[in-house]
Amino acid sequence: MSVWSDVVGQEPALAVLQRAVIDPDAMTHAWLFTGPPGSGRSVAARAFAAALQCPTGGCGECRECRTALDGTHADVDLVSTEGLSIGVSMARQLVELAARRPSVGRWRVVVIEDADRLTEHSGNALLKAIEEPTSRTIWMLCAPSLEDVLITLRSRSRHVRLRTPPAEAVAELLVRRDGIDPQMALYAARAAQSHVGLARRLATDEGTRIRRRDALRLAVRIRGVGDAVDAAADLVKIAEEEKDNSLTERNARELSRLLETLGADPTARTQPPHIRSQIAALEKEQKTRATRVGRDVIDRSLTDLLSVYRDALVRHTGAPVAMVNQDNAALVDELAGLLGPEQLLAAMDAIGTARERIEANVAPLLALEAMTLDLRLPR
Amino acid sequence: MTDVPVDVMDVPRRVPPLALVSGPEQVIADRAVKGLLEDLRVSQPDLEVVRLYAASYAPGDLLAQAAPSLFGGDKAIVVHDLDEAPDELQADLLAFLAAPEDGVTLIVRHKSGNRGKKVLDALRSARARVVEAPAIKSDRDKTDFASHEFRAAHRRATPGAVRALVEAVGQSVSELASACQQLIADTTGTIDEAVVELYHGGKVEATGFRVADAAVAGDTSEALRLLRHAIAVGVDPVPIVAVLAQQLRQLVRVGSAGRGRSVDVARDLGLAPWQVDKARRSLNGWTPDALGRSIQAVAAADFDVKGGGRDPVYAVERAVLTITRERRGG
Repeated sequence: MSVWSDVVGQEPALAVLQRAVIDPDAMTHAWLFTGPPGSGRSVAARAFAAALQCPTGGCGECRECRTALDGTHADVDLVSTEGLSIGVSMARQLVELAARRPSVGRWRVVVIEDADRLTEHSGNALLKAIEEPTSRTIWMLCAPSLEDVLITLRSRSRHVRLRTPPAEAVAELLVRRDGIDPQMALYAARAAQSHVGLARRLATDEGTRIRRRDALRLAVRIRGVGDAVDAAADLVKIAEEEKDNSLTERNARELSRLLETLGADPTARTQPPHIRSQIAALEKEQKTRATRVGRDVIDRSLTDLLSVYRDALVRHTGAPVAMVNQDNAALVDELAGLLGPEQLLAAMDAIGTARERIEANVAPLLALEAMTLDLRLPR
Repeated sequence: MTDVPVDVMDVPRRVPPLALVSGPEQVIADRAVKGLLEDLRVSQPDLEVVRLYAASYAPGDLLAQAAPSLFGGDKAIVVHDLDEAPDELQADLLAFLAAPEDGVTLIVRHKSGNRGKKVLDALRSARARVVEAPAIKSDRDKTDFASHEFRAAHRRATPGAVRALVEAVGQSVSELASACQQLIADTTGTIDEAVVELYHGGKVEATGFRVADAAVAGDTSEALRLLRHAIAVGVDPVPIVAVLAQQLRQLVRVGSAGRGRSVDVARDLGLAPWQVDKARRSLNGWTPDALGRSIQAVAAADFDVKGGGRDPVYAVERAVLTITRERRGG
């Protein structure tokens, strides 16, 4: 057992990190972890933090290791956001935090799990602190790619590139850590394109598997303009349902906890003004989160859909790479028979455009309609 | 002005000590309150008027104001926004209603909703006079309202003039009301379309919906004119694009729903029957592919409007032009 055991398929990056733990000359004060979603950026950052705090360099058993991995270590701060961005007020708090000496451990570690969600403003607020932190402070930033991080932050940190782990390695992790049946684990790892978190969800939740199958079927379902508009409506409906499923209960729980903290009467029909303003602030936060979750769910469906076209293209070119949808080979074959390589590429472009548009705040339904119209099959 | 016969309506009626002005339309309600106060002043020229607002109410205010004054004299208390009233105000109102003071007239204003229901019931059972101020929403309500304004001032207005007036300034009822008052005060004789044209000529109520209707009908010049007009009066491009998308979507959905009765189709699609009928009429001259291309143009425009392009207005214009071109067959 070691702190590194959950970091799968990242041997080159691990070598760099492990050397930094042992050799003070190989260590530096700011690290930037990049890698595709689900490759375990934040897992790697946590493991690195744990190894730094551990007296024996990452045993995975001691108190320091366990608390750092859980995110409860007093000197390891994990920063992530459920909103759309990390604002400048948050960044200023971090600067203040980073200026303090560690209280129990050897280092004070600040892990920003969504460094790509730093705005230009909040990124700038961090510059000074990241360039010259106090002697025992370590910064770790995580982002999908170098381009997602402000160039001035990039130049102030050491880059660790994680790769997409092989599906087999992810499956092996699911079997070992979550006790999932090996065959299911391999299917999930492939379908999730080695995204560890997603693979786990696919393997454990029937609903997620059904939603994925529905999204994939769209590729061979759309013939006329009416079908296209219906398909877009379906995609939005699936996203809404999933959003409600995951958020309604949680929002209510947060509200009742807030009322309890404030000592307010939860049964009162109207709350006094000072409590009302707190409730309004919470509701605003929940609303941004809902927007984010809705977009994330749609984006996931679109990546799933994209994988079918990708597989069909692989079929055409005969490239010797593994299929994402090995379990759904019939669907891939059907699509490859219907569309030629150029048409497949055009469809993939349309999906990319829709993702870009939704990211830029275009009404999701409209962006998806424009996409499904492009995905119509030739008559 | 011509001589006007004295109307029965103009004789001040005796105002009962309790009155409730109920309904969401602010203009009518304000007018009703003003009318009640004026009627009161006929018999009580030194009437003192106190206004209490739910938002700034401090417990006990009402009872303090209602308590008899050392100097005597009559008082009218107007309580605004019972529908937003805190519990204290409601309790005080109930206390007052249980033991009303002589010489105090209470006028309560309630917009809508269930809040303050106890007070409403108490007012009604105390035989308060109830004045309704119903919401004016549809064009028909607005036309009725404007004709009533003219009739109350004993002026004749042609139906065409009323329609033109509602089209020009009908977006807000208070604006409509003041436009009517202006016409009544500034002109003599019958109010016809020429008079309305003189005062409000060239002003058209331009909304995203009217732009979308013209665009879907393939009327390029009208659609562009309305669009420019809407932008010029401050309508944001974002909702215009949203309405364009919604109209096109409706056409596609109704078009692919088949030939069933419009009531059935409406139920299946979650629309109102009139929307289905309207969409069916608009579908003339459209092919599904043309609709598809139009939707894609609107999606591109939405991206441009939301920061993807440099000129939001141009983006909408281009989308409108694409739609009208597709309607006329590419």
